[in-house]
Amino acid sequence: MSRLQVVSGKGGTGKTTVAAALALALATEGKRTLLVEVEGRQGIAQLFETEALPYEERKIAVAPGGGEVYALAIDPELALLDYLQMFYKLGGAGRALKKLGAIDFATTIAPGLRDVLLTGKACEAVRRKDKSGRFAYDYVVMDAPPTGRVTRFLNVNDEVAGLAKIGPIHNQAQAVMRVLKSKETAVHLVTLLEEMPVQETADGIAELRAARLPVGRIIVNMVRPEVLDGEDLELVRSTPRSAVAKALSSAGLGGARRGGNAEKLVDPLVQQAEEYAVRYELEHEQRSVLGDLGLPLHELPLLSEGMDLAGLYELATELRKQEIS
Amino acid sequence: MSPDQDRHPRPSPAHRLSPAPRLDLDPLIDDPKTRIVVCCGSGGVGKTTTAAALGLRAAERGRKVVVLTIDPARRLAQSMGIDSLDNTPRRVKDVEGEGELHAMMLDMKRTFDEIVEAHADAERAAAILNNPFYQSLSAGFAGTQEYMAMEKLGQLRARDEWDLIVVDTPPSRSALDFLDAPKRLGSFLDGRLIRLLTAPAKLGGRAGMKFLNVGMSMMTGTLGKLLGGQLLKDVQTFVAAMDTTFGGFRTRADATYKLLQAPGTAFLVVAAPERDALREAAYFVERLAAERMPLAGLVLNRVHGSDADRLSAERALAAAETLENLEEPRIVDQEGGKAGLRNSPDTYGSSEAPDTSPASGPDSPVDPERTADLLTAGLLRLHADRMHLLSREQRTRDRFTARHPEVAVAEVAALPGDVHDLAGLRDIGNRLAAGRPELPEPGTDAG
Repeated sequence: MSRLQVVSGKGGTGKTTVAAALALALATEGKRTLLVEVEGRQGIAQLFETEALPYEERKIAVAPGGGEVYALAIDPELALLDYLQMFYKLGGAGRALKKLGAIDFATTIAPGLRDVLLTGKACEAVRRKDKSGRFAYDYVVMDAPPTGRVTRFLNVNDEVAGLAKIGPIHNQAQAVMRVLKSKETAVHLVTLLEEMPVQETADGIAELRAARLPVGRIIVNMVRPEVLDGEDLELVRSTPRSAVAKALSSAGLGGARRGGNAEKLVDPLVQQAEEYAVRYELEHEQRSVLGDLGLPLHELPLLSEGMDLAGLYELATELRKQEIS
Repeated sequence: MSPDQDRHPRPSPAHRLSPAPRLDLDPLIDDPKTRIVVCCGSGGVGKTTTAAALGLRAAERGRKVVVLTIDPARRLAQSMGIDSLDNTPRRVKDVEGEGELHAMMLDMKRTFDEIVEAHADAERAAAILNNPFYQSLSAGFAGTQEYMAMEKLGQLRARDEWDLIVVDTPPSRSALDFLDAPKRLGSFLDGRLIRLLTAPAKLGGRAGMKFLNVGMSMMTGTLGKLLGGQLLKDVQTFVAAMDTTFGGFRTRADATYKLLQAPGTAFLVVAAPERDALREAAYFVERLAAERMPLAGLVLNRVHGSDADRLSAERALAAAETLENLEEPRIVDQEGGKAGLRNSPDTYGSSEAPDTSPASGPDSPVDPERTADLLTAGLLRLHADRMHLLSREQRTRDRFTARHPEVAVAEVAALPGDVHDLAGLRDIGNRLAAGRPELPEPGTDAG
């Protein structure tokens, strides 16, 4: 099991939720996980219903069986100052650099430097050991940028190592790449059973593979329950509407005669079934496209009450059941 | 803190807020004074599709339109017949009516290269284009895509060949990035730091600046150490080449920014009725107001409706259970259908379930009435799911409306599938213009 679990996915697929659920799932039996946020959205804080996360590792949840989830929202500016301090002991000079816009330059403008800092911080947490020589975290789960940008994000160190051919940044970039391209890392992609996200997942996997980054699993999120199956949908087409009206009426929903309340429900209900049928077929197609990608596939249910903390634990349990952890 | 962090569902629909004003899109796209429509919002809400559908609708209503997409899904690009995209607007075929639709996809590297080629002599341009720092910069570091999208918008506007430009915004880290990134990049390229990197001596020229000069050479030294001397040199060569060929990156960024504030520009914030998308939309609305940028309204995609919404989820589920528990073969009006024994009174108030007796034997799988009962139970469960979805969507929308009651909203009904052709885009255009979920016509009485 890789110790750095990177979670990406198309916008709107719920990758932050899945990353958080995965961190919870991996934190069972006294294990300790670190959930890392790199995009400054404070999505993790919202999910765990806590105040905004500062730039420090902080315990945000306890998993069943005594495990712990820590969270860290990486601030690239502070990460850079940290880094300067660590390597150059630049206390006051750091402030001067900031004043000149150099820090801004480094963290928002310089090609890839920001991403080097973010991935670097995550890799540092993966490698960190405590005094007894034990890893500080059993697992680090990263809520990464979306599929369209994740390969570039993870691979930035290669590019930076090429751009800055010598110097500490070069060395740092290479050290990070050694972790990211090893078995220590797995990149998971979150998708929905819809055409665009599935297409993007397929493209993303091809890109990751081309960059020799280790692809992990596909996690299909927000899977709607199968209320009617293919056979039922056949029946919807063949059953006379009057029979449905009669059944509705026998369940106490009004008169089955024309114009009766039960009869008036038939058309809208059948219409909804037809919409469902279209989606059902599409979902089956997309599921088989995903199956052809040859990666372990997991499905998480759509939570009918919307996403909240209880739902997060529910998803974590589901992931554990599916032996993702 | 903010209203949308209140997670408690509203007590009952009776407490529902008065609905938001409806956003009427046809008058907006028909008005010849509307020259630019910017579609923005978080990723995965159908922004690009909305831009394309709106562009098509405007064209079919007689305008000469260009749609600038940033990163369209392959199928969407194909639906406009532009699967070979090359940074130049191409006319879309089979558009009905007098107008014209052109579509293009932003190629940010190409756009950047074109700026360089247009403003430098061949030799200098080649020097810039071959610089490693430039290559990395133009191929997409944070902000280039946003900058180039705005640059392209400025170019299209300056060409004045179209009376309406519909622009999609990049799938950024945050939906606000495209407002900030051009300025950031512009001010970096024009700024103090870069001048310092290239010519520290020039800045320290005056006697009084001597102290500063010392600080600066120390700093360039540090940066050199940090970045590696060769990267710093690449940056310096790049900036020197850029600087003499065309000044004013910031001026260009400022000009585009002003264009966004000008009358004739309208912003549409696109969202889906989901918590995160609407939270992002709310931030965006606030930001646009702060920047004095004209917001036309909110397009809410993928809204669900139901023609049977008088039947609540709870009642539907109870009825489904009743039907599933009917195990006794029914003794009903087999002949003629006159008895009406099993028809409950024609009211919704009654929740009495028909008598159910313990099963006397296994169900006959071919009993058509049993089949119809179970099928109907399935339809009712499906309906209950739909009603749950509806109330969840209503709650998230209410949170947005409470925070921004003034924002006009156009709701677009959820489509079961994706868009594959112009007809699909046209359909979305119709839904956009209707401004509320278009539900199927109520069933007629025909058998």
